[in-house]
Amino acid sequence: MSEVLRLRDLRITYRTESGEVPAVRGVDLDIQTGEVIGLAGEDVLAMKPGRLRAVRWTGASIVFQGAMHALNPVQKVGDQIGEAITIHQQAGEREARIRVDSLLEQVGLPTRRGQDYPHELSGGQKQRVMIAMALACAPSLVIADEPTTALDVMVQAQVLRLMKELQNDLGLSMIFITHDLSVLVETSDRLAIMYAGRIIEEGPAEQVFHDPKHPYTEALSAAFPEIGDMRFRWHPTGLGGDPPDPADVPSGCSFHPRCPKAFDECPQIDPPLYDAGPGGRRAACLLVRSPAAAVGSEVPR
Amino acid sequence: MSQVAETTGSGAWAGDGEVVIEVQDLHVSFQGRVGVFKGLSGKQPVVSRAVDGINFQLRRGEVLALAGESGCGKTTTARAIMGLQPPESGQILFEGEPLPRNLKPYRRKVQMVFQDPTGTLNPRQTIYEIVAEGLRIHGIDRGPNGEPEEQLVGRALSHAGLRPPERFFLRYPHEVSGGQRQRVVIAGALVLEPEVIVADEPVSNLDASVRGEILQLLMKLREDLGLTIIIVTHDLGLAWTVADRVAIMYLGRIVEIGPAEDVLLRAEHPYTKALLDVVPEAGGLDRPILTGEPPDPTRIPEGCRFHPRCPVVESGRAAELGIESRCRGEDLGLRHLAPDHEAACYEAFLRHEGGAAPA
Repeated sequence: MSEVLRLRDLRITYRTESGEVPAVRGVDLDIQTGEVIGLAGEDVLAMKPGRLRAVRWTGASIVFQGAMHALNPVQKVGDQIGEAITIHQQAGEREARIRVDSLLEQVGLPTRRGQDYPHELSGGQKQRVMIAMALACAPSLVIADEPTTALDVMVQAQVLRLMKELQNDLGLSMIFITHDLSVLVETSDRLAIMYAGRIIEEGPAEQVFHDPKHPYTEALSAAFPEIGDMRFRWHPTGLGGDPPDPADVPSGCSFHPRCPKAFDECPQIDPPLYDAGPGGRRAACLLVRSPAAAVGSEVPR
Repeated sequence: MSQVAETTGSGAWAGDGEVVIEVQDLHVSFQGRVGVFKGLSGKQPVVSRAVDGINFQLRRGEVLALAGESGCGKTTTARAIMGLQPPESGQILFEGEPLPRNLKPYRRKVQMVFQDPTGTLNPRQTIYEIVAEGLRIHGIDRGPNGEPEEQLVGRALSHAGLRPPERFFLRYPHEVSGGQRQRVVIAGALVLEPEVIVADEPVSNLDASVRGEILQLLMKLREDLGLTIIIVTHDLGLAWTVADRVAIMYLGRIVEIGPAEDVLLRAEHPYTKALLDVVPEAGGLDRPILTGEPPDPTRIPEGCRFHPRCPVVESGRAAELGIESRCRGEDLGLRHLAPDHEAACYEAFLRHEGGAAPA
């Protein structure tokens, strides 16, 4: 396996009128060929792939949230897909048209739909067009930013299945971004949970979902309870407090003010990702710290 | 009528069985527009039957979830209950009486919480003004025990979990977080001390970690104030965590209704089963998924309105059972399959008539 994308100590800071706001505060992430990574958390969106612009379309492409707003309302959808091809691959118009037809088929739309304007398509069909666009230049990495949040439950399942099939068939690597952990565990191989601009837990998807090591992951996972699980019957569970203001991140572990398990060291020590089990499981919580197994150089003593 | 939640063990609200709201054969239609010339040439407007014959009862102190795909009529039903949408036929009874022409006294008792707190709150009003507005509209300047307005607003805010309330009085909606905004909306509903709250997707715009808190708040309000709650949602997992009873809607009708345990764990209607199948979970995506988009309320199919998408019909099972012609041709209503569990499906009827008694 080879790496498609490697992020090391990624930091993104927005300059605003009220000063600098660090949205991403040092993220390491590796994505292998054919791997699907689910990125969850409240503020993942800050990580939107601004830094990937250089490789956009041919290297990596993006499926946005809210397909309805991302499409040009006065251009036929087939032409919109074709545009990406002619611009980025220097293909002729005829060549592009053939490619558009095969892309539409690939995403399960009849080719004549290419002649439609966005308003003539349903939400699910528009999202399929967006996926076709993302695939237009045969990228090796697709970043799907909340690809199904605006869709109805049944259509969401259809679109997720389509993306999973395409990913399998084309050997794509994918980054799935959403706050819905139950969607991620269904589609992803690995999960990375973010909080306050950092990854606070990562590992194989099912393990992270069913046996979370970080209290924040635990809370996210409980927000999507399984039907039939009596622990949640009449007992919705939630976290107190609000996501931290990126301009004013709490000291020590950034999660400690909301953490039900916080203890006296938490406000002082900012935990790095500690080894938390086999399969490359890691979690940034002092509760999983064991000095010998700690990863990274800033092991607190 | 027997009590719903008795069999369900801890946490269930037994309810006193008294019916607060009764919806009787409710129909709501929307008409499309026709241009002048087309109208003169005899073209009829397209009619969308958003709610097409709904009956249910809401008992005091219970939480009922109305669930289904978008376009199934769940929000229209909620709006009709609020009196925001005049019914075409059928009626809504509140404490046994039809809704009066003047809805003002009724609205004091039945309050709505909308989906999007940011859109609901006036950005130029302080939180105090927002919460007090209901009182002012209804001309209430004293509480039942002579409390001044400030105390009533403060009480509503603290019921909604915004404590101490004085800290929020002079803030504007943009100065508080999304979860707190939804609490302000709930406080605005609570200030009139309603008996029923209709909440339309109350948490779908909120962050995952905050959703649970708002739902906890609704559960607590039911316990402390004895509120009766209707929650409109597309999320069956949410229904499982809060609702005593669940009604599944499809194309303007309730196709299955009953205690949450029955509907969600022992579903009878193939549509309910399909909805349960698409609840995301680990190792999923191999489950059957209904094809096609949500159906169109301007063209409701003959017979059972679900039959064009129904896996029982499609797989030939209906033909085997000899019910296919009825599925395709005869409209049907809800029927009791267990004491409190009703569904509208020929296949389910057959299963319960012949053979073992329902569990």
